[in-house]
Amino acid sequence: MRNVYFDNNATTQPAPEVLEAMQPFFREWWGNPSSMHAFGGRVRGHVEEARARVAALIGAEPSEIVFTSCGTESDNAAIRGVFEAQGEKWPVITSRVEHPAVHGPCCRLKERGARVTEIGVDGSGQLDLNRLADALRGGPAVVSMMWANNETGVIFPIQQIGEMVRAAGGVFHTDAVQAVGKIPVDVRQTPVDLLSLSGHKLHAPKGVGALYIRKGVKFKPFMLGGHQEDNRRAGTENVPYIVGLGKACEMAAAHREEDMRRVAALRDRLEAGILTTCPDTRVNGDRKNRLPNTLNISFEFIEGESILYSLSDVGVAASSGSACTSGSLEPSHVLRAMGVPFTAVHGSVRFSLSRYNTQEEVDYTLEQLPPIIHRLRALSPFVENP
Amino acid sequence: MWDYTEKVLDHFRHPRNVGVIADADGVGEVGSLACGDALKLTFKLDAQGRIADAKFQTFGCASAIASSSALTEIIKGMTLDEAGRVTNQDIAEYLGGLPEQKMHCSVMGREALEAAIENYRTGRKTRKILEGKIICTCFGVTEEEIERVARENHLTTVEQVTNYTKAGGGCGNCKGDIQGILDRLAREREEAARREQAPPRRKLSNIERIRMVQETLERDIRPMLKHDGGDIELVDVEGRRVIVALRGMCAGCQVAQFTLKDVVEAKLREFVEPDLIVEEARP
Repeated sequence: MRNVYFDNNATTQPAPEVLEAMQPFFREWWGNPSSMHAFGGRVRGHVEEARARVAALIGAEPSEIVFTSCGTESDNAAIRGVFEAQGEKWPVITSRVEHPAVHGPCCRLKERGARVTEIGVDGSGQLDLNRLADALRGGPAVVSMMWANNETGVIFPIQQIGEMVRAAGGVFHTDAVQAVGKIPVDVRQTPVDLLSLSGHKLHAPKGVGALYIRKGVKFKPFMLGGHQEDNRRAGTENVPYIVGLGKACEMAAAHREEDMRRVAALRDRLEAGILTTCPDTRVNGDRKNRLPNTLNISFEFIEGESILYSLSDVGVAASSGSACTSGSLEPSHVLRAMGVPFTAVHGSVRFSLSRYNTQEEVDYTLEQLPPIIHRLRALSPFVENP
Repeated sequence: MWDYTEKVLDHFRHPRNVGVIADADGVGEVGSLACGDALKLTFKLDAQGRIADAKFQTFGCASAIASSSALTEIIKGMTLDEAGRVTNQDIAEYLGGLPEQKMHCSVMGREALEAAIENYRTGRKTRKILEGKIICTCFGVTEEEIERVARENHLTTVEQVTNYTKAGGGCGNCKGDIQGILDRLAREREEAARREQAPPRRKLSNIERIRMVQETLERDIRPMLKHDGGDIELVDVEGRRVIVALRGMCAGCQVAQFTLKDVVEAKLREFVEPDLIVEEARP
């Protein structure tokens, strides 16, 4: 059975080098980095080395990096931490296409009385900057906007957004979980104040993330009960995973450009191949400003889950924005915010690649996909079948 | 991935009876592209009035396709009366069960079958028979439909109703209305159960009356009053007069008279005798 993994925006394969680097911290160096003895002391240095590697990948100072348990924790800590540090007085501005990890905490702040504004996007998934400018006229705000969208790969103009927020005196958090490791992210050049990243999206294992907090930004910690992470995140450090994240960031820093150039070529080959072999398909999202690894494509008149199951039967893993795959009955909020017609939302499939994919896998998928689409359309009452 | 049975996957991978019967006797269409699933069912009768052939076309997920395929297999050879009695549970059972969240696929099958039979009998070509008040505007689900599916499948929570009918699965604004329908069905069930249990009314001896009054106080009244910090005590039973004393927060409460008449007396009349009179003991 073939094993073609095109669902890297959901999670990635941990790199063998990363797992290798983690091993000693389970077996030998299992000390607590806060301890005042050699068991701990040996470990502390490796945690700090990992911190420096994460910082280097995004152009931060090591002291600006806080390790967390995942991207979702980073998002929660950032949004709540800044809102509370400002005395819970500032309005909150976010977008309509955020990941639930941002949308959820913003909803909670709304319940607590915050004024929350959600900025819409256009048909290509790009943020409505005029609306953002309007919203910022109200004075300083907590702004949370994703760097790149997990479903469509659309990249927001973070530089511009950051400058607007800064001019208004606000604080800018960006969920960069999908961006880090795929496109250049440099907080020295881009005015972001807080940035979330996640280990398992860049070939580290699940269970570790980081939050960048720019020096001087007011932040109230969300996890309390210990002095770890310079009093910004209590809890004994998850040492092996932190080391793993450090290794993954080091690898990303060294190989990102070259890897992503290759990945983009594979994605483009897949996209072009599908568009020529399958009629009635459309690519969702801004094709110019898009992650190099992501392709979101809609197959009209058929439904995403049946496409995924059929692909899975031939060993290809992808995901869909259809309602049936979400566990709820609502299809993708991202595609709907973009005004993609319902028919196309239900039949949307996301292919997300990584450095471990090959051209042979793309060609295999291009062989397998057209008959699947054809078969499902033959079943559909919305297609004129002969 | 969903926990689909082998049979669901088999009917998804190798659906039976795909297509449209050109000169069909009955055609039923339900769902829409916007809803995320849709089914077109056609059947042809033989000389004896049995379903000789049935075909389907489905837009939807794996379980929607499997449910449609199963439906066509189930109804072949049936008379229309027999087919009219096919329920969504029959479709789900045929497939060895469906995940809870996917039960609406089996309901869609039953709806298409009904629409097709209706089309044969009346010639009406409604896409979906919409009768009664629409509760869920996102998916166009009526009160009648929710009630029916809830009854047939013994549903008790809004979440279950959403799983079976999709109602409430969109904007969620109708969840309160769905709960209202479920509450009404629950009350109807309780009343029906009570009617069945209620012993035939006959004259009670005084001993029996006292015992039943005691039991009802303990079971149905005291827990309720205690919940609000009050209590009640039986002082005496004289003929049809039940004399009680209110205790705790109930003693001296402004609404004690209301409690006595509308709660205590009502319950005792319901469970003991319909002509009891409750009075408060004089201090």
